[in-house]
Formats: sequence, structure tokens, C-alpha cells
Amino acid sequence: MISAMLGEAWLAMGANRLRTFLTMLGMVIGVGAVILMLAVGQGAQQQVQASIASMGSNLFIVLSGSTTSGGLRMGGGAAPTLTLADAQAIEELPSVSAVAPSSSGTAQMVYGPNNWSTQVIGSTPSYLTVRDWRLAEGFPFTDSDIRSATRVALLGQTVVQNLFGDESAVGKTIRIKNSPYVVLGVLAQKGQSLDGRDQDDSVIVPVTTAQRKLFGSQFAGTVRMIMVQAESAESMPAVEKSMNELLRQRHRIRENADNDFSVRNLTAAANTAAETAQVMSLMLGAIASVSLLVGGIGIMNIMLVSVTERTREIGIRMAIGARGNDILLQFLLEAIIISIIGCLIGVALGVGGALLVNKISGMAVVITVSSIVTAFAVAAAVGIFFGWYPARKAAGMKPIDALRYQ
Amino acid sequence: MSGTADAVIRIEQLHKEYETDAGPVPVLKDISVSVMPGEFVAIMGPSGSGKSTFMNILGCLDVATSGSYRLNGRDVGALNRDELAHLRNQVIGFVFQGFNLLPRASIEDNIALPLIYRGTPGDERLRRANEMLAKVGLATHRASRPNQISGGQQQRVAIARALVNQPKLILADEPTGNLDTHTSQEIMALFTELNERDGITIVLVTHESDIAAYAQRLVRLADGRIVYDGPVAHAEPQHLEATT
Ligand SMILES: Nc1ncnc2c1ncn2[C@@H]1O[C@H](COP(=O)(O)OP(=O)(O)OP(=O)(O)O)[C@@H](O)[C@H]1O
Ligand SMILES: [Mg+2]
Repeated sequence: MISAMLGEAWLAMGANRLRTFLTMLGMVIGVGAVILMLAVGQGAQQQVQASIASMGSNLFIVLSGSTTSGGLRMGGGAAPTLTLADAQAIEELPSVSAVAPSSSGTAQMVYGPNNWSTQVIGSTPSYLTVRDWRLAEGFPFTDSDIRSATRVALLGQTVVQNLFGDESAVGKTIRIKNSPYVVLGVLAQKGQSLDGRDQDDSVIVPVTTAQRKLFGSQFAGTVRMIMVQAESAESMPAVEKSMNELLRQRHRIRENADNDFSVRNLTAAANTAAETAQVMSLMLGAIASVSLLVGGIGIMNIMLVSVTERTREIGIRMAIGARGNDILLQFLLEAIIISIIGCLIGVALGVGGALLVNKISGMAVVITVSSIVTAFAVAAAVGIFFGWYPARKAAGMKPIDALRYQ
Repeated sequence: MSGTADAVIRIEQLHKEYETDAGPVPVLKDISVSVMPGEFVAIMGPSGSGKSTFMNILGCLDVATSGSYRLNGRDVGALNRDELAHLRNQVIGFVFQGFNLLPRASIEDNIALPLIYRGTPGDERLRRANEMLAKVGLATHRASRPNQISGGQQQRVAIARALVNQPKLILADEPTGNLDTHTSQEIMALFTELNERDGITIVLVTHESDIAAYAQRLVRLADGRIVYDGPVAHAEPQHLEATT
């Protein structure tokens, strides 16, 4: 019975190919848009998550200068208020697992005929711990390098590529601002940061070397920022509180005065970014769903026309014994078949489109089985939902009225 | 009243009104008639006298305003939509003036259509459809579309479709109205054969006396009332008068 009905639906659809195609088109575009938008949205979300994972976990960043002093920002020449001693003091606080003071700037470096300008981060060995950054090759520098401010460097992947090409970098000597530095190690690949910077385009040197020999700081012993890692996510509020107290005490800040430093919870910021990405992804999906809805209304529209046009056919079928449900099923099947075929084409186009976007713009796209399954389910539901009313209308006709219809 | 209990059609005091903008219009007035199994009845009457209205009620396509109609012993007025569909499918075969075939479907599929609604399996449908095609002499046209064959052939297909579920009763509303004299005679010969050999009860509307002459019994309508009901052979000339 159903197979006979399917055959009939197929015939009816074939009888007016252009119209069937146009009806399908609404579905194709709707499903295609949903698949594409979900792919792009989930891709962006995945990228954000990868960036967050690359940042290191349970992180605070303590910055010199207040960001809340009535909108007044520190001038470039003002002395940084944080010191290496502050960093050491923070390390003694409970629940703090690692602390890395850092001083960074941009510098030109040369190896053989190649030169490259990049960010140089002056820090301590714990920087690698805090950032959860491994070495691909070689060894990190040690506390003794910090004490004696030796000229050693760890290179990011992008820097290695630009200076060394395929050559091995470890053990070689490069010149940074015309002074020789020995490459101790090469950092593992990190990828993009949350703000879209290439984290592999950087060089790490001992913080003392950076201050005394590279950037020639006027304010010896001070740093612009300290990265602090808490032992766990749960301990973060307590660490933030004790850090604030400690620094206020060390900087001798009077009771109602503003901080001369600021503490940012990077992990919280990252979570916000992740949530934003998720909301964006949902919104893209929602917007695309509207086109699916429009596609559904298109189906309803054409089905209504089709029912009116085929009133006589309905009458003939009723005259030879079709029950209301037979007619209902016939039109419903047509709507569902159109939806599902449209959905198939839409999935193909959406997936193709997503791959194309990835190829052209390099944007990450993620196509999941669940998004395809969802698209199918929605398409079938749309077919049933929007096919129902016209089918109901056809099934409810009086045989004689349908048969007499001109 | 002997034997009326077994009547295929038993109608008593049937009235039919159409609702129009100008109020209800009575079309059939106080019709009482019974048709016994194996009868061949011709219905005649001037245009607008209510013949088609009457046939549509007989065929369970429309319902009477009042009165009773028993088809094959069942009170049609008490049946729901699905039960009426069941009667149309299995007790009645309808043949229309305009053939009413599905233009997109093949001849074979057109004939098999009532079997779909009966729930007959696919291969059985094909077998039955081809049996009917052979019966109406169109076996070579099974794959054609309705618009590829002549009017007379289309009417044969329609008759084959009406026969496919082995109905007790065939209702034909001006089945030869669109056909030339020669083709009409062929179609009437087919009806006669169905009536005489297979014992199928036939009620047929016509405007032409020589078509009515194939029947045994004549019912003449005028202005919604029965003005003659008796053997064709005994009818007065004015009751057999051709109308258009
Ligand atoms: N749906 C309808 N609504 C209102 N009036 C109708 C309707 N159908 C038919 N009538 C009227 O009922 C009367 C009988 O119509 P019917 O079609 O039964 O006549 P008929 O005897 O079959 O005529 P013909 O020989 O021309 O086919 C006519 O006056 C017609 O105008
Ligand atoms: Mg008529």
C-alpha cells in the first residue's frame, strides 16, 4: 500500500518537474544554510577552545598600573610598579603553583642571511609551566641563567621557520639586536591566541637578560606583568584575594587608595570568550533555521496550489474508493519526499559550501554527524508540519464537490 | 412487495435540496424506487430534471436531504465517510460521461487504482488489471496514457476500472454522451454483456432512446419526480423522447 502510494507520489512530482524543483529549492537553501552556518559556528567555537587550551589553565595576569583610576591611564614613561621581588612573594602564597614575571618587547634578529622581527618575552623558567608550553627540541634555560643574565633563547616555531628554514636551530647562535644568543631550545607549536595572534611568532629569553641587555630598562628590577597560575579553578578566588592583599601591603597602599596594579582572571575571560563563541554559533544556526522555516512555508504554499489544482483528481480517487486518510497520506508523502530529497541536496551543498569556505578563507569548519542528522529530522518534521494542512484540506473534501470542480 | 428485502437499491421518499445563495432549491422530490439484482435500468429525463443528482446519491458521492436509501441492504444514511468510501470501492462501479481517468497514469495503473484503496498486493493488482483490460478488449494498450487512446477506448478503460473490484452495481451517468453512434453501440454491447453474462446490476442515464432500448426498465424523471417507471418495451413514446 505504502509502496504504491510512494510510486504515485513520485509520478505526481514528476508530472510538474519545475514546480517540484522550485519547492525543493526552498528546502535545499534552508538545509544548506543550516549545515553551513553550524559548520562555521562550530569551527569558530572549536578554534576558541583550542586557543584557550593553549593559554594555560587557572591563570591570572597581574599588570603594572591601575586600570580603574578614573579612566586615567598610565603614561608610557611611568615606572612599572611590579617587581621581581613581588613575583617571588606571590609564589609563597598558598595555592599558587607557579609565577612568571615577564618583560617583553620587539626586537630584530638575524641568522646568516635571514632576519626576522618578533616579540621577545623576557621571563623565568616557570613561564613554560604557567603557559603549559613544551619544548619540541633542546632544553629550557634555568634559574642560574636568570641570575647571570646569560644570552640564551628559546625560539617559537614561526621564528625557526623564518630564520632557519629546514635547518636545525638548537645549539646555533643568532643575533638579537646585534648581540649573539645561543638557541637552547625550540618551543612546541601553540597556534593562535584568543585575540588571533600567532603565538609561535615569539622568542623567550631570561627576564634579566631582557631587562639589562636587550631593552635596557631604566627601571631595573621592575616588570610590566606577572603571570600567576593557581593550583585549581576552585582556589582562584582565594588566590586573587590574597594576591591583592599582599601587593597592597608590599606597595604600601593606604586604605582607600586605588591599586597601582591590576589583576585579571584570564581563565574567566577565556570562558566568556568560549560562551560568546557558543552563543554566536547558536545564533548563526537560529538565523539559518529561519530560512528552513521559509522553505517549509514554500512547501505549504505549493502544496496548497497543488491540492486546488488536483481537486478533480482527488474527486476521481474518492469516487473509486479512496478514504480521507488515503488522500491525506498521498499529499503528506509528497511533501515529505520533497523535503527529504531537498534536504539531501541541501546537506550536500552545505557540506560542499563549508569545505569551500575553509579552502578560500581558511576559517575552521566542523561538520558533525549530529548536525546532519538534525537537519534530516527537521526536514522531515517541516515536511509533515507544512504538508499537513494542505493534505488535511484535500482529505476533507466532499467527493461530489471535488468531482464537480472545474 | 415480494423480494424488496433483497433489492440492490431501495429508495423511499427521497428528497434532495441544494443550498444556494437564493435559498434551498429542491431538485429531487419524493423519489421511491427499488432496483433488484441483475436489472438493467435506464434513466431518462430533460436536462435539469435531476438525473445526475440522483446518480450521485446512488453512488454515495452525495447525500440526500431526507428519505432513506438502502444499498445492498445497508442504510447509507447511517454510514460515515470511510464506510461510504468502502461502498464506492467495493459495491459500486461508477462510469462517467467524461471518463474521469487520471491523465498521468498508464491505462494499466488507472484500472488498478481501486485495488490500491482496497489494499490488494502489487502483483495481484497487475494481474487483475490485465484481466480487465482483456475483458474490454484493450490488452495491447496497457502502457498507454489516456490521451493516447480514443474516447471509446477511454470509456472502456473507465468501465474496466469500474469492474476491477467486482462490484454488484454499475452506475453510468451518460456513458455514451461523448461518443459517436457506432462507438456508443459498442459500449452498450459491453454493458449488455456485463449485465446478461455476469449478472451485474446496471443503472444508466441517457438522453437517447436507442441507448435506453438496451435496458429492460425505464425510469423517467421530470422536474425531480418519477413520471414513468416500467419496462422499456411498454413506455409511451413521450417517455422515450430524446432530450438534450
Ligand atoms: N451543486 C449544485 N448547487 C445548486 N444547484 C445544483 C447543483 N447541481 C445541480 N443543481 C441544479 O439541480 C438541477 C438538477 O441538476 P442535474 O445535474 O441533476 O440535472 P440532470 O438531469 O443531470 O441534467 P443534464 O441532463 O443536463 O445532465 C438543475 O437545475 C441544476 O441547476
Ligand atoms: Mg446530468
